[in-house]
Amino acid sequence: MFKYLFAKNEDIPAGSAAVFFGFSSIVWFVVGTAMGSFNAAKLAFPDFVTGSEILSFGHMRQVHVLAVILGWISMAFAMAMMYITPALGNTKLWSEKLGVWNCFLWNVGLSLGLFLLWLGVTSGREYSDLPWPIDIVVIIGLLVPLGINVWMTIKTRRVQGIYTTNWFFAAATFMVIIVFTVGNAPEFFQLTGLTEAYLTWWFAHNVLGLWITPVAAAIAYYVVPKVTGNPLYSHRIGHLHFWSVVVFYSTPAAHHLMSAPLPEWLKSFASVEGVLILVPAIAFVSNLLLTMTGKWRMFVENIEIKFTITGVMMAIPLNMQGGFQQTRAINWYVHGTGWMVAHAHLALLGFSTFLEAAAVYYGLQTLLRRKLYSLGLANFHFWMLLIGFTTYWVSMTIAGLIQGAGKIYAVPYIDVVIAEHPYMIARWVGGTMVFLGNCVWLYNMWMTARAGTVIPAGRLPHELAYER
Amino acid sequence: MAFREYKVGARMFGLAFGSSMFITLYMPAVDIASVSATTSAMERQLAFGRVGGFSYADPFLRGHGKPVTVDIVQDPKTGAAIEPTRAYVYTPEIPFPNGVRHPRILGELPSELSVSKGRMTDADEVQGAVFVVRETTREGISVPYIENVTATRGWTPEATLARADDKNRAFIGKGKIMFVREGCWWCHTLLPEQTQDWQYFGAPPMLGDFNGESPTAFGSDRKGPDLTHVGSRNSSREWMMLHFFNPRLVQPHSIMPRYDYMWGDVDADGRPIDYDAWRAAYDEYEAGNTIYPPEVPVPAVDSEARALIDFVINLK
Repeated sequence: MFKYLFAKNEDIPAGSAAVFFGFSSIVWFVVGTAMGSFNAAKLAFPDFVTGSEILSFGHMRQVHVLAVILGWISMAFAMAMMYITPALGNTKLWSEKLGVWNCFLWNVGLSLGLFLLWLGVTSGREYSDLPWPIDIVVIIGLLVPLGINVWMTIKTRRVQGIYTTNWFFAAATFMVIIVFTVGNAPEFFQLTGLTEAYLTWWFAHNVLGLWITPVAAAIAYYVVPKVTGNPLYSHRIGHLHFWSVVVFYSTPAAHHLMSAPLPEWLKSFASVEGVLILVPAIAFVSNLLLTMTGKWRMFVENIEIKFTITGVMMAIPLNMQGGFQQTRAINWYVHGTGWMVAHAHLALLGFSTFLEAAAVYYGLQTLLRRKLYSLGLANFHFWMLLIGFTTYWVSMTIAGLIQGAGKIYAVPYIDVVIAEHPYMIARWVGGTMVFLGNCVWLYNMWMTARAGTVIPAGRLPHELAYER
Repeated sequence: MAFREYKVGARMFGLAFGSSMFITLYMPAVDIASVSATTSAMERQLAFGRVGGFSYADPFLRGHGKPVTVDIVQDPKTGAAIEPTRAYVYTPEIPFPNGVRHPRILGELPSELSVSKGRMTDADEVQGAVFVVRETTREGISVPYIENVTATRGWTPEATLARADDKNRAFIGKGKIMFVREGCWWCHTLLPEQTQDWQYFGAPPMLGDFNGESPTAFGSDRKGPDLTHVGSRNSSREWMMLHFFNPRLVQPHSIMPRYDYMWGDVDADGRPIDYDAWRAAYDEYEAGNTIYPPEVPVPAVDSEARALIDFVINLK
């Protein structure tokens, strides 16, 4: 990687930046889930590794969250953008060198930010925990170069139209820059009080709604037609999805603060818009599942489709929860409980991670021109993720319902803690399974690069048979 | 090849995203900015100081550059007896909170009163100042304002500090930093949920309770009780001390981490704290080999534990 930082753009092999981003994302996924497993162990067994400031839960929780969001998910997105955007434009990435620098700065900037965060250098704002100098590094070094590369690649495309995936890529890279800049304004300009509280959740909502959700969906719009060979079921439903994300998903930020003393009109407005999130969700799920018509056997036989369609189907419970749990009728019962923790993991570890994993599996094989080293290990990874995640989700949902019941019957809090204990152990087991699965994935991908069957020119990875 | 330029689409996108930003950013910002600070908001920001997260004054969140809260019963200048008063002491170079630097954010009437009646803007960071929160009545309604008692009554920071012994000093601002840095708010919310939650955890905050405070640290994921009014439920410093050192001493089923490392190297009497010996003795107690747990050292005045206890006890 380092030798390409100062090479001429023409001398850098096409796809280098995407490969670097792909492997970086897997490493960050291993790191992020290792921290998640460690933190979960502390919640199940409070005296596990004790008496150290650095290894205390309060110092590590936010590092886990941001390692997964900015390391794994966002770097997998960057990887997907850097090979899908040129592929759909029948061209090369606008600047491979910018891409390599972007990957370098991403790893360095994120490592620095998380190191400081781990020491306790925080803004004290959930999801925007990074102190503002690091926020500026994130905007200038990570997000803007990625956006420029995506927009310029689309501008210099050699096809007439722009495919659905690239609408989402172009719009989401633009929106995440705005969201990151505005969402961190309380730190840049020392905004205080309810403005600070509201902007914290404006950021947290929109980084999910305008970055993670649409980009993950865009990956599915590429992978499913590409691998199955079926054309996308409907571009019009794709339009509906795109525009309803921009209009509906960007507005309900205040529903994260339903019990805060925000203006009532804002909470009511956010709640109504929150239900309308079901519009893009239903458009997306139906469009992708109908694209599978006639190819459902690939859901069993093909590892990329298995990951993608699992992710798409997770969007159903995700959005049914998301649409309704924020209404006043339900929110007071589940807010602040383990239910929300389960929901957040359904969004990031369920829905989006399965789509990104598909993109990284498929992209690395395509770019390296190597068939996946072992189908067996890939299937092992899939089931470890799925069973580990499901264990986590079910146990935390039950724990959340216990907490909700404890809340309305004014049960002494310690009784709730005791009742939750078995579910805390189950969550730790589930999270550890995810971590172990990811270690296997890293090995599998590394061996693919070293020893995978070479894919002949003109062939796609999934057209070759596995040798292991 | 003639490219499609997506002119209509690009404009529609700008319109849609711009309208969304107008409704979700501009309109709430105007609405929230019109709210007047309550007494609680003034007390909080004067106790917490400028910013409770990363800042130039305190980049590593060690609690530097924070005011001291004192409870006094004598006039620091004359020595005459006065009603019990809570004063916020900013020794020289301690950054003032946002409401003092930008009176506008206190709201129309409180900022006008704080400037005209309380002489708040006469305060100078370089020389330090002492503030108190007062209330007056305007058109039948009680309105709080901040008084710069250094200007109005000649209470200097040193004289005011000298009137309060250790028992009447609270390092609430430093404690808020500890609360943020140690991630207490990952498990303890500072915002009761709607409806039934209020029966257990007390009154919900009001619209103007946060003007000038940053970060608000409401928290979102509750794994322990809400702390909004914890000081009203439990005001025992000794209980807090045991609980922070090792929560299992007072609550065997607690899943809270031990915060013994916040005690630092020495206790209140200057004796070194032997953590290894303490943990070994505690393990013996936990195993049932001894009847009593080891003694918990009293935290030193300048320790992080003392500040955190001050902060939590004062969440009323």
